[in-house]
Amino acid sequence: MSRLQVVSGKGGTGKTTVAAALALALATEGKRTLLVEVEGRQGIAQLFETEALPYEERKIAVAPGGGEVYALAIDAEQALLDYLQMFYKLGSAGRALKKLGAIDFATTIAPGVRDVLLTGKACEAVRRKDRDGRFVYDYVVMDAPPTGRITRFLNVNDEVAGLAKIGPIHNQAQAVMRVLKSPETAVHLVTLLEEMPVQETADGIAELRAARLPVGRVIVNMVRPQVLDAPALELVASVPRSSVARALSAAGLGGARRGGHAERLVEPLLAQAEEYAERYALETEQRAVLADLGVPLHELPLLAEGMDLAGLYALARQLREQDVT
Amino acid sequence: MSRRPEPATHDPARHHLSPTRTLDIDPLLEDPATRIVVCCGAGGVGKTTTAAALGLRAAERGRKVVVLTIDPARRLAQSMGIDSLDNTPRRVKGIDDTAGGELHAMMLDMKRTFDEIVEGHADPERATAILGNPFYQSLSAGFAGTQEYMAMEKLGQLRSRDEWDLIVVDTPPSRSALDFLDAPKRLGSFLDGKLIRVLLAPAKVGGRAGMKFLNVGMSMMTGALGKVLGGQLLKDVQTFVAAMDSMFGGFRTRADATYKLLQAPGTAFLVVAAPERDALREAAYFVERLAAENMPLAGLVLNRVHGSGADRLSAERALAAAENLEDSRIVDQEGGKAGLRNSPETYGSSEPPAPSGASAPSVTPAHDVPGEGSPATADATETAVNGTETAADGTETAVDPDAATPEGAVDRLTAGLLRLHAERMQLLSREQRTRDRFTALHPEVAVTEVAALPGDVHDLTGLRDIGDRLATDRPELPETT
Repeated sequence: MSRLQVVSGKGGTGKTTVAAALALALATEGKRTLLVEVEGRQGIAQLFETEALPYEERKIAVAPGGGEVYALAIDAEQALLDYLQMFYKLGSAGRALKKLGAIDFATTIAPGVRDVLLTGKACEAVRRKDRDGRFVYDYVVMDAPPTGRITRFLNVNDEVAGLAKIGPIHNQAQAVMRVLKSPETAVHLVTLLEEMPVQETADGIAELRAARLPVGRVIVNMVRPQVLDAPALELVASVPRSSVARALSAAGLGGARRGGHAERLVEPLLAQAEEYAERYALETEQRAVLADLGVPLHELPLLAEGMDLAGLYALARQLREQDVT
Repeated sequence: MSRRPEPATHDPARHHLSPTRTLDIDPLLEDPATRIVVCCGAGGVGKTTTAAALGLRAAERGRKVVVLTIDPARRLAQSMGIDSLDNTPRRVKGIDDTAGGELHAMMLDMKRTFDEIVEGHADPERATAILGNPFYQSLSAGFAGTQEYMAMEKLGQLRSRDEWDLIVVDTPPSRSALDFLDAPKRLGSFLDGKLIRVLLAPAKVGGRAGMKFLNVGMSMMTGALGKVLGGQLLKDVQTFVAAMDSMFGGFRTRADATYKLLQAPGTAFLVVAAPERDALREAAYFVERLAAENMPLAGLVLNRVHGSGADRLSAERALAAAENLEDSRIVDQEGGKAGLRNSPETYGSSEPPAPSGASAPSVTPAHDVPGEGSPATADATETAVNGTETAADGTETAVDPDAATPEGAVDRLTAGLLRLHAERMQLLSREQRTRDRFTALHPEVAVTEVAALPGDVHDLTGLRDIGDRLATDRPELPETT
């Protein structure tokens, strides 16, 4: 099991939720995980129903069996100052750089520096050991940028090592890449059973492979339960309206005669079934596309009551049952 | 299974959303004063599709439109005939141009846009130096932020060409929805900042005796920078900044001008969202931010809203009925008390139930007289008939040509239909709650709702359909009244 789990996905697929559920699942049975946010959205705090996370590792949840989930929202500017302090003891010069706008420049405008810092901080947490030489975190789960940017984000080394041919940034980028390209890392992609996210997932996997970054799993999120099976769907097109009306009436929903309550439900209910059939066909198609990608597939259900903390634990349990951990 | 009579949970406010201001899309698109429409919102809410649909609709209503998209999904791009687009607008074929409109579309190519700025504002020798600089190459290829600057730049360019009377912009899938607006300011603060002077210091102040003290300070700074960035990179950055220095001024002026353009009356911002918690939270954030920046917000486009033609049948009742059907199969087979399967309460609130079709197993329901019977009689008859269902079915088999469908399969299907409906109603109420939270916070924001489609959109017909849905607000569904 890779110790750095990177979770990406198209916008709207719920990658933050999946990352959080994965962190919980991995923490089960006394393990300690760190859930890292790199995009400054405070999505983790919202999920865990806590106040906004500061730039500090803080315990946000307890997993079944006594495990712990820590969370960290990485702030690029803080990370750079830390880093300068840690490696160069720049002290006042570091503050002067900040005053000059150099830190702002480095973290927002200078190409790649921001991404080096974010990935670097995550890799540092992966490698960090306590006094007894044990890893501080058993796993680090990163809620990473979306699929469209993930390869560039992780592969920042090629850009930065090419730019900064020597010097600390170069070294840092190299060290980060050693972790990212090793089996220590797995990059998971979250998708929905819809055309655009599936297409992006396929493209994303191709890009990750081309960059020789380790592709982990594809997690299909928000899978709707199957309500009508294939024979029922076939019947939707051919079933006599009158027999459905009678069945509805028999179920206690009013008269089956034309104009009766049950009869008037028939058309709208069958229309919904046709929509369902169309979606079902599309989903079947998209499942086939995903199956062809040659990556382990997992599915997480759509939570009927919407996402909340209880739902998060339910998803974590699902991940464990599916041996994603 | 539980068969307790359930309360009439039917909520009249549920199926029609609470009254808010309705966003009228057509007047906005048709008004010649509307020159720019900016679609913004979280990723994955259908922003690009909305931008394309708005562009198409405006064009088919006689406007000369260009849609600026940023990294659209391949098939959507293909639907507009822009699969292999470079950085210039292309005419979209196949639209209805009887009103005299045109639709053009383009995809933002960040690097190309940046290169064009350099080529357009520097002499050839300097341009070559900049374009060959490794720092520049990396910057322009799109690290954090570049896309936002370039989208602003392109918008400014399109507007100043004045070839189109409406520009529809799709904003980049930013880390944060706010980056687009921040781009000019961030660039400005960088250009005004001391850093750029430090970086330019060796070139500008070197050798001037009077500046000696300053120079020492500067070289200490560049020394620190060099230590962090690596000497070569620092040199590249310095060369780059020096080369760009003359251009930056123009760059910034344009970015400021574009920012002002966005605040001008001819611009309309549309915040796009889906009725989901995260998307609407982001939308609320965006609404607040636009207000703070004095940007003109036209309203909220709420995509993928679900409706139901049978929304008076609550989820709870549908589920109970489905259970009834499923249970009764077992009961029937045991030859038991099938008469219990009906819950006695009437459906709906005001209307009496119509006479049951089951009381007269007619050949073609079309010939039924839609008369009104007394509720009590109808229910009584229905229950009685259901009690002798096997016999009634036997009769029916002889006369009904549809009877090839086994009764059990129909019951199972019907139970499935009811469960599907229950799921739909739960979704509806969840969407409603999410939406209510937004409108409670922002009652001033006009809203248009776009009914969800079962599939993805990938041709002009699909975009036109979305356009219709955008303009009509209410999901078009068969009404059961």
